[in-house]
Amino acid sequence: MSEENDLALYAHLMRRAGFGASRSELKNFASQGYEAVVNDLVNPENLPDVDEDLINRFHRVSFEGKWLYRMVNTRRPLVEKMALFWHHLLATGSSKSNHHCTAFDQILMFRDLAMGNVRDVLTAVSKDPAMIFWLDNQENLEEEPNENYGRELMELFSMGAENYTEDDVKAATRAFTGWSVVSIIPGSTPYGKYPTTFNYVSSHHDDGAKTYLGEDGRFNGEDIIDIIVRQPATARFIARQLYTFFVADEPAVATWNEIPPRDADAIDTIAATYIKTEGDMKTILQVLFNSDFFKEARFTRVKSPTELVTGVLKLTGSARTLRPGIGQYAQAASVMGQNLTRHLTVEGWPTGQGWINGGTLNERVNFAVDEVTDVNQEGIQELIGDLSSLGASLTPENFVNGCLDLAGQVEVGDETREGLLRYAESGNALSFDTTSDREESEARVSKMLQLIVSAREYQFN
Amino acid sequence: MNGTAGPPTLLVIQLTGGNDFLNTVIPQANSLYYDYRPSLSVDQDRVLPLNNEIALHPGADAFKKLYDQGKLAIILGVGYPNPSRSHFLSMLKWHTCEPSKPTKEGWLGRVIREFDPNHENVLTGVNFGAGLPQAVVSRGVPVTSLANLDNYGLMHGISDQEKALQQFKQMYGPTMGAGPVMEYLTETGLGLVAGAEELKLKVPDSYESDVDYGSSEIANVLRDVARIHLAKVGTRVFYVNQSGYDTHAGQMSAHGLLLRDLSHAVTNFYQDLEKQNEADNILTLVFSEFGRRVKDNGSGTDHGAAGVAFLIGNSVLGGLYGEYPSLKRGALLNGEDLDHTYDFRGLYATVLEQEMGLDANNIVGGTFEQIPVIRRQ
Repeated sequence: MSEENDLALYAHLMRRAGFGASRSELKNFASQGYEAVVNDLVNPENLPDVDEDLINRFHRVSFEGKWLYRMVNTRRPLVEKMALFWHHLLATGSSKSNHHCTAFDQILMFRDLAMGNVRDVLTAVSKDPAMIFWLDNQENLEEEPNENYGRELMELFSMGAENYTEDDVKAATRAFTGWSVVSIIPGSTPYGKYPTTFNYVSSHHDDGAKTYLGEDGRFNGEDIIDIIVRQPATARFIARQLYTFFVADEPAVATWNEIPPRDADAIDTIAATYIKTEGDMKTILQVLFNSDFFKEARFTRVKSPTELVTGVLKLTGSARTLRPGIGQYAQAASVMGQNLTRHLTVEGWPTGQGWINGGTLNERVNFAVDEVTDVNQEGIQELIGDLSSLGASLTPENFVNGCLDLAGQVEVGDETREGLLRYAESGNALSFDTTSDREESEARVSKMLQLIVSAREYQFN
Repeated sequence: MNGTAGPPTLLVIQLTGGNDFLNTVIPQANSLYYDYRPSLSVDQDRVLPLNNEIALHPGADAFKKLYDQGKLAIILGVGYPNPSRSHFLSMLKWHTCEPSKPTKEGWLGRVIREFDPNHENVLTGVNFGAGLPQAVVSRGVPVTSLANLDNYGLMHGISDQEKALQQFKQMYGPTMGAGPVMEYLTETGLGLVAGAEELKLKVPDSYESDVDYGSSEIANVLRDVARIHLAKVGTRVFYVNQSGYDTHAGQMSAHGLLLRDLSHAVTNFYQDLEKQNEADNILTLVFSEFGRRVKDNGSGTDHGAAGVAFLIGNSVLGGLYGEYPSLKRGALLNGEDLDHTYDFRGLYATVLEQEMGLDANNIVGGTFEQIPVIRRQ
């Protein structure tokens, strides 16, 4: 089957580079051709943005709710996916400062820099008030250094553990002294605290000579970042993070020094592109999505809660209109372990299998099953319309295949397929001829969708 | 082990972030402590003395009471050689007894397998929290993991729940060659259904007890642990965590509150079980991935090395165990961190052999010195 016609390939691309796509969107992409679609993904300005004015009117909808709305409705999905990538990697919480509005500004910054350069992102995040508060850098002073940021910048955000020494941590810490924030104007409800901005306090800065990763100089923070982004360890670490996020699950980051990548060639390719372009995300992503190792990596990732929730929302069509109450979907992702805009620990979120345990699986399945129950939702009505246009009455096989296709090109193994067929065969052929037929069939479609979203395979991307 | 009680059960409380040993168990008579901590030393008239030299942080007042009752053992200077200051790597060491070796499983995963080799009871190990700690992970060993006891149950939003659960179980049938993640997902799904069914059956819906746990997160979790323990569903290992100990800044206020919440929750937990005569067979181990830097940084402390662990329970011979690491500059690791005086694997071995009745060597990967902290029955 030629690539152009292979809807499964486009579904795979859109699940990874975005949050999924409907059948009609997939057919549209297929008519443009794969490389053209990738080109639009990495050049988001080619397509219109979501209406900002409209979003801003919904004053009472939470930022997280609005972000989910964007994810589901944007025609620039890779921008939102990259913002999520950086938000995942540069894990920032707000529990200490409770100055939560800075977290939103951070996400906006990630979105702005989505197709940019790794150096720019690391510099921006070092000046980001939410990050400064989170890792206590406003307390990092020449006379009393605080190592939190200096350490985590290397360990978690760029190079990975054990690629530097404790002396390097100290040097980086000294270089970032004085990187602070403007004093916050306290506020009260309903607006809470006022946002704040980066403030460089030179009187707190240690501008003495430092030795960092083998180089000498009176380094300031920008110099540290310059040195970091040139390190081969950074190229490999960022490459492996991108691989885990977009291509296939790697084991937990804490084990990366012991467990080699599952596809060393792929990591080499991505790292080489990083080095050649000095960390230019646009090019790196283009190379990644056009590669064979990406195209062949079907369902090799466990969905993050955000991907699960947005996938379900794409299916039901219940988030096409921004409305109060959309924040509940962010809540749903939170109880599954991913609290958007609000990391709980500095190590951030898990990946792959780490998302799944009894408690989270309980939430994931229950959420999806509950959401697809109401057949009157726009997306499900469209799905039923598409099903009924397949024929006056559908055989059990066509019923099952039709639903799997329309639910997002879902692919299932034997046990699941048997279960779905068993259900399809337990009733009459699916038909929409009369009103009572239609009513019964709609109920059965709802049930079939419940079975599909509770299947094992639905947990994978 | 008490003859009338249930089998020995272990509750592990992980203090996430690196609990500051030096300010938890304070060397109050040592002038070096005050020298190193100009901003963070706790006033001598506020601390809770255990003897002439050592005192507890005032926040841990409930622990002081347990200590006086002889039910709290304090293990000083726990750690391991060549310590890591990385949260990830140090925690992984405590969870697996080895740094991140790919085939290493969690020590408690092995314990759960010892107690339930044929995986007959998915409730043998119960974890509370949104993530599954490596400590309880072991290939093929299902572990029940909950956020909240009352919400635990698949498909409880739909009308034909029974039928739906049947279909779910059939679709999650054994799968050959679909890879380790699919295997894990299958085990988790089936374990979820089995565990939720059992819990629904045995644990009463509403919690009835006149012990007021208060409302801290750790208290809420321990209340759920008590409910499950009292329901006698065969759980031998409970794992919970309390986060917030990574006090790089603002430590003076934050640390005391954490210790208060922790010590009160543990005390209430045991009081609750005592009322039903079910406190004797459960031992609590409290640990953290590392202690913190000896010198404060002005408002908090950075990552360090040696830490403190606690054992609480009716089978504990309360008191101070081990040697307080020297604060002299020359004795500090890299001139900055407390050097450990007791290998944590010995503490695990103590708990495994003296309380749980298991052979420790294979579980902790070697022979380590034990301490005489468990009462002989």
